[in-house]
Amino acid sequence: MTIDTKLSRRGFIVKSISLLSTVYFIPDIITSAQAAKPLNEEVNSDTKWAMSIDVDKCAKGCTACVDACVEENGLYGFDRPETDSQWIRKLTIKDIKTDKVKVVPMLCQHCENPPCCDVCPTGASFRRVDGIVMVNQHTCIGCRYCMMACPFKARSFVHENLTEQVTTAPRGKGCVESCNFCVNRIDHGIPTTACEEACMKEGHKAISFGDLSDPNSRVSQALKTKQNRRLRADLSLKQRVTYSNI
Amino acid sequence: MEKIIFKKFQIESKTFWMMFFGLGFVILIGYLCSHYMETEGHYVTGMNNQIVWGLPHIFAVLLIVIASGVLNIASISSVFDKKLYKPLAPLSALLAMAFLISGLAILVLDLGRPDRLIVAMTTYNFKSIFAWNIFLYSGFAGILAIYIWTMLDRNVNKFSRPAGIFAFTWRIVLTTGTGSIFGFLISREAYGTAILAPLFIIMSLLYGTVVYFLIVKAINYFQKTLFSEEILQNLRKLTLLFLFANLYFLILYHVTNLYISKHLEFEKFILLNGGVYTIAFWVGQVVIGLILPLYILFRDENKSESSLMSATLLILVGSFLAMYVIIIAGQAYPLKMFTNYEILESSFYDNVIHTYIPTIWELGLGLGGVALSLIIVLIGIANLDFLPTVIKSPEAKKAVGSDS
Ligand code: SF4
Ligand code: SF4
Repeated sequence: MTIDTKLSRRGFIVKSISLLSTVYFIPDIITSAQAAKPLNEEVNSDTKWAMSIDVDKCAKGCTACVDACVEENGLYGFDRPETDSQWIRKLTIKDIKTDKVKVVPMLCQHCENPPCCDVCPTGASFRRVDGIVMVNQHTCIGCRYCMMACPFKARSFVHENLTEQVTTAPRGKGCVESCNFCVNRIDHGIPTTACEEACMKEGHKAISFGDLSDPNSRVSQALKTKQNRRLRADLSLKQRVTYSNI
Repeated sequence: MEKIIFKKFQIESKTFWMMFFGLGFVILIGYLCSHYMETEGHYVTGMNNQIVWGLPHIFAVLLIVIASGVLNIASISSVFDKKLYKPLAPLSALLAMAFLISGLAILVLDLGRPDRLIVAMTTYNFKSIFAWNIFLYSGFAGILAIYIWTMLDRNVNKFSRPAGIFAFTWRIVLTTGTGSIFGFLISREAYGTAILAPLFIIMSLLYGTVVYFLIVKAINYFQKTLFSEEILQNLRKLTLLFLFANLYFLILYHVTNLYISKHLEFEKFILLNGGVYTIAFWVGQVVIGLILPLYILFRDENKSESSLMSATLLILVGSFLAMYVIIIAGQAYPLKMFTNYEILESSFYDNVIHTYIPTIWELGLGLGGVALSLIIVLIGIANLDFLPTVIKSPEAKKAVGSDS
């Protein structure tokens, strides 16, 4: 991939920036980590996970978020792009009026009114009270109705036998899966997603994740400083993932 | 009132077993195909993350739609009390049962996890129209069984009318439910409209009527006692009526879509520039499925059986292509995720019109399902008294088909 060579060329700078940013961000993560509840506590609606994406900061050719997601969730593929899973992907889009070209990450938008959950016959697709939409891998029957319902093509069906899943992200052939805001990290008190972390490390800071009910969280700050919009607002899905500069 | 005598299918046992094993073989192949799909995973099929529902769903939805439609004949006899159709009613209910079971079998065998059927049967999400459909389908099967019983057993014969009316109402709800599976998909421009449900009902009436005709003709080939000229003429009238109704609703569906500005682009895609999908729509769904049959039925002044047969075959080809257009073209058209932006590049095919080329596995599963419905009919008529020996039609003059 061309990106890799570019990365290694810029390796030194990038590493320095990410080192700096880690130093800069770690205190923040730790404070929120202490604020996050222990594993044995029930999820409650006092926490509202959300993500804001600044499209202008998202860099062309960068796939750090995608790569981090693949690694975090063990989303290795079979070199069959039509059937391999993608939880987050990059799109290149062009403004119809101005012809301006931008790149955006697309992932499950964690709708507050999620059509995927509405249609799921078994309730395997569900929304936690803290706003995370995910699939229960034990009750999904693989009907793919949720994939028909999602307006953002955020979901993937596992089309073949998997052998190297990571223990933190259960996946299985015949079930549907999608971004779950790195639920395993969150439930272990790490309130940052793999994609956000990677984007920060790259120094782009296009992705801000966090708890909406905490005014100091990165996402709350991002929402405060920039006008954010939901995609396909006409569908009134009230997504928790919002975009600015779009 | 004339007595109707029902008998078992009179067929040489050699022919019966030949048919039985022939169909059984196709079913076995279908099962093996689905087993292969399940063990290897769906990547061996033509379906993928873009076209998530494929050929199995075309077969399944079509069979379920036909299932509710073939009951039409029984409904006319029970609900509208037409004596002419009475002798044909039990067979019509049996067909409904057979097509329903096989449609469902295909749906289940195509699941990513068919082994979790028990989960689907025990955990319900009542918000999901799909879950409601599971209820509707199993309820329909139960009601049909009772209905058949009231028709075949003289002791409970007096309940056959209420049972018939109940089955009729249920099947209208059921087809509405099937149509709504698509109607609820607000994000897809092809589907999110209320006209889809009535369109499905009217399609079911048409397809059910011709499938009924076809099956009765097939039975007639072995046992020449089933069909009177009046019934033939009535089925012909019904077919014509439903063809017109179909055309009307199809136009209505597309005209409404043209008025919903959000759906305009999709309409252009189907009607003008969708390539293979546009061809399937115009040539398949419209010309082969509706216009040609109408033409054939109108042109034939002798009202012969052969013209009805040609129309029937065309309608069935058209029905298949209609499902193809509804199910596949609806997914092939890319989702519109941004209002002011056009997608230039994506690793997930967000900017392209998807193509779908089914593999032999999906086809095998679909054909296995069709064979399953036929074998159920065969076993049913060979073992129970479904077939009337003589059809007398004392009040044939009153029995016109236009009142359904
Ligand atoms: S973006 Fe799609 S998968 Fe995610 S919650 Fe909304 S409908 Fe469900
Ligand atoms: S594929 Fe699984 S998660 Fe999706 S609707 Fe079906 S059962 Fe629910």
